[in-house]
Amino acid sequence: MTTNDAATTRTAPAATGRSGSLFAEVGRVLEGHWVWYRLNWRATVISSVLMPALYLIAMGIGMGSLVEPGEFTQGHDYLVYLAPAVLVVSLVQTAAGESTYPVLSGFKWQRNYLAVAATPISPARLALGELTWIALRLLFSGLVYLLIAALLGALLNPMVLVSLLAAVLTGMAFAAPVVAYSATVQGEGAGFNALFRFVVMPMVLFAGTFYPVSQLPEVVQPVAWITPLWHGTELARGLAFGTLEALPALLHLSYLLALAGVGTVLACRHFHKRLVV
Amino acid sequence: MATAGSLIHARGLVKRFGSFEAVRGVDVDIAPGESFGFLGPNGAGKSSTMRMVSCLSPRSGGELRVLGMDPDTDGPRIRARLGVVPQQDNLDVELTVRENLQVYGRYFGLSRAAVRERAGELMEFAQLTDRADAKVEPLSGGMKRRLTIARALVNDPEVLLLDEPTTGLDPQARHVLWDRLFRLKQQGVTLIVTTHYMDEAEQLCDRLVVMDGGRIAAEGSPSELIRRYSTREVLELRFPFGRVADHTEVAARLAERVEVLPDRLLLYTDNGDAALAAAHEAGLRPVSGLVRRSTLEDVFLRLTGRSLVD
Ligand SMILES: Nc1ncnc2c1ncn2[C@@H]1O[C@H](COP(=O)(O)OP(=O)(O)OP(=O)(O)O)[C@@H](O)[C@H]1O
Ligand SMILES: [Mg+2]
Repeated sequence: MTTNDAATTRTAPAATGRSGSLFAEVGRVLEGHWVWYRLNWRATVISSVLMPALYLIAMGIGMGSLVEPGEFTQGHDYLVYLAPAVLVVSLVQTAAGESTYPVLSGFKWQRNYLAVAATPISPARLALGELTWIALRLLFSGLVYLLIAALLGALLNPMVLVSLLAAVLTGMAFAAPVVAYSATVQGEGAGFNALFRFVVMPMVLFAGTFYPVSQLPEVVQPVAWITPLWHGTELARGLAFGTLEALPALLHLSYLLALAGVGTVLACRHFHKRLVV
Repeated sequence: MATAGSLIHARGLVKRFGSFEAVRGVDVDIAPGESFGFLGPNGAGKSSTMRMVSCLSPRSGGELRVLGMDPDTDGPRIRARLGVVPQQDNLDVELTVRENLQVYGRYFGLSRAAVRERAGELMEFAQLTDRADAKVEPLSGGMKRRLTIARALVNDPEVLLLDEPTTGLDPQARHVLWDRLFRLKQQGVTLIVTTHYMDEAEQLCDRLVVMDGGRIAAEGSPSELIRRYSTREVLELRFPFGRVADHTEVAARLAERVEVLPDRLLLYTDNGDAALAAAHEAGLRPVSGLVRRSTLEDVFLRLTGRSLVD
């Protein structure tokens, strides 16, 4: 048989591929995104920054002209009161967008996650890469937003850069569990509409962005407390206005970290379950 | 290599999806440099087997070693040395041809300089150089297929696994691809191919297994299989649809074996012309009579009683 002759006469040179460290492989996933993003970032920035800019102008300047600075605005102009909170809310909304359809597409429509699964990069590392990418996107969107807010005169001092970190954490406290959920979606993403309508939208309206949660009827207040947005808003405002106290800060931070942490673990697991079948 | 020289070693390999057994105890050994094929109809379990060998899908039972390692524990290290062409393309359609190759190369840990160079070579290989900076989305199906295959070569794999590589390609593109795969084989790359085209299996494979219902029905080189399971020649007698069965009895006396298809009879014999003459003498008046050599299609029909491609 010629088979065995062929087998013994020549051996393929060693393959050039190799697996890497966790850090290196997450970096490679980010690089894959970057290749796309460096040419397409303008469109994404416009959509994720335009909305909060409009909020600031409409609510902060428009509505704000009717609002007397007082106890509930912590003595600030309404525009200034709003700025750190709109930062958080806009990152949470961007996070929601980035962690739903794009993730489902990776599994189902574009199927590029399936391509990654055939490389040395494990599904869990792919999930970590996706989450890190979302965090970087949030950081970048947040920076552009702050630039606009500064131009509108809505920022008091550079402490708002620390608020930005809190806002990114809040975004991830929402994104990580949602990415984990998206990795389990089999259909066309009908659940995402419900998520936007019944989770994101109410959160935007009732989690303390435009007025303190204490203004709500007492029975509804606890609902706001379970949202990451409320914790993030408290943190971001507290940091920007220098009014944050240690104990609440710790509680808010722990809650957000726990959500982000549990979400990350679940996302890694669900990516594995979905890709390794 | 750990297991007596074979790159792929499987014993009693099983894949279950829930209670359904898609692969039911497959034994294969594939030697370095060999071109090995899985031939079988839809649902035979070819892709399921390939995915286990590609370390994409964990086995539900049996033994499996790939490059001497266990996919359950060494998946990333094994995948680093494999090239996988899935049945369904999964390119990043929002990136260009070149970017697809470069990004994929980076996933395999190649340096930026290395992926730039490799992307150039692979676009040449896939005849996509003139589309290098075009987005993938609007490319034709055949071009996408070629790109998927080129992408699987980015890490200079020692084993290339191709799941129905030429489905959707036009005849010329298929021949070009077979030629490219043959060159890889000459470089010592081990090829593992699934297909339901017998000509592809005959062209590409030193050795193959015929799969059916999750099991291996036969194994050998294409010519061995034909010798063992078929005759040298086949006489095809075409009859008007629905009238075929009327002639089976007469035909059975003229050949070693007869297969009845909806529109024709296949008479297995070592001398087709003689059988055709005999058929006329016996009073058969087919619409047409054709003598041809036996192919793997006939082997498959013999083994399973069904056609490969229907
Ligand atoms: N993820 C899955 N979940 C459940 N069943 C599956 C899954 N993948 C494959 N199967 C089933 O396993 C059987 C074998 O499928 P497989 O894809 O391996 O066949 P195949 O030989 O590659 O067929 P084809 O020629 O159509 O590609 C089929 O009955 C299929 O429905
Ligand atoms: Mg298949």
